[in-house]
Amino acid sequence: MLLVVENLVLSRGGRTVIDGLSFRLKDGEALLLTGANGAGKTTLLRALAGFLQPASGEIRVENEDSDFELGERCHYVGHLEGIKPHLTVSENLLFWAAYLGCETLLSLGDRAAIALSQFGLAPLADIPAGYLSAGQKRRLALARLAAVHRPLWLLDEPAVSLDAASVGLLIDAVKAHRADGGLTIVATHMPLAFENAKEVRLGPKEKLA
Amino acid sequence: MSAFFALLVRDLRLAVRQGGALGTALGFYLIVVAMLPLGLGADLNLLSRIAPGVLWIALLLSALLSLGRVFESDYEDGSLDVLATGPLPLELVAVAKALAHWISTSVPLALLAPVLGILLNLELLAYPALVATMLIGTPAISFIGAIGAALTLKARRGGLLIALLVLPLYVPTLVFGIASIRAMLGPDDVVAPLLILTAISLGAIILGPLAAASALRAQMQ
Repeated sequence: MLLVVENLVLSRGGRTVIDGLSFRLKDGEALLLTGANGAGKTTLLRALAGFLQPASGEIRVENEDSDFELGERCHYVGHLEGIKPHLTVSENLLFWAAYLGCETLLSLGDRAAIALSQFGLAPLADIPAGYLSAGQKRRLALARLAAVHRPLWLLDEPAVSLDAASVGLLIDAVKAHRADGGLTIVATHMPLAFENAKEVRLGPKEKLA
Repeated sequence: MSAFFALLVRDLRLAVRQGGALGTALGFYLIVVAMLPLGLGADLNLLSRIAPGVLWIALLLSALLSLGRVFESDYEDGSLDVLATGPLPLELVAVAKALAHWISTSVPLALLAPVLGILLNLELLAYPALVATMLIGTPAISFIGAIGAALTLKARRGGLLIALLVLPLYVPTLVFGIASIRAMLGPDDVVAPLLILTAISLGAIILGPLAAASALRAQMQ
């Protein structure tokens, strides 16, 4: 698919945060959103996920046969992990896999087990998620990406509280996703070693680097 | 449809695991009803006359206690954002969550009511009517309550605000719930108030999630 953003204007609380942003992202490409605090990185991701209506401009998908809402084709991993402390690690992931749903040959349980082991959580599968450390919770949130196939990944500071090895797991997951033809948009302050990723620096003057 | 059931089952499972919400609601119901005879004195005729009304009003208040959590915990931990990217429209998310609230809170309260009726010397004939009207009427409590829960999502300490928003909307359910019980005990026709009670619940099941979903969309901006 081809994601096209044209002259996008987003405002929060009456203040224009993003003014006239345009970019295109096609199969297998990754986009890094950088910029100072309050530059509008999260706002842009939330608009792409469909939570926020643009003040003007357009977000659209081209080269797609089916007429889906963009929000239903994306994974949104925000600052909050969406994890229930009273459910076990595998119950949390199984729920999201069942809820977000997708057609594959693998059963739900298999997909969840593979995703857990991919992010190094298999030994923790049966403990309540409330006992996880911040970094482990983040990995559990990222495991959603692997458990359910969706073409667009929207990641908001995904590397926060991850150790070096886990950042490596994240980069591998994004690499596999891109090789599979998926799109990735990452808001980050840390340098993440994605190969030939585009970068948009948000701030007073946006331009495509 | 599998997404709907996955959400319903998760919410029920959370209600069982957390336990606190149901325990608080049942305990509150018990205490409010148990204190009433202490306050009014042991006049059995008086208690028996006011019992249906007291049981209904105390049930509304007890159900309100846990309404605030219907959307709040999902909002606080970020689950609501992920729910919004799922295949279900937010309207059906609201249906699943209100239904989970009904099953996990309103139904147990309705089933506790006859036990509490003994404390108030409720007439023997009234027990089936009491449980029946409560089971028919309580969906309105959960589904109208979901509107209040969605509207007060970002309000810190929104519990009292929910009560102010939602209690006036419970008046029709209360009026016709009690009218049905009285009709079963007296000479009046019982079908009419019971049908109206059913209609209120059915209307709430349709309109509640629509209103709750648009409130959620506005709050997520």
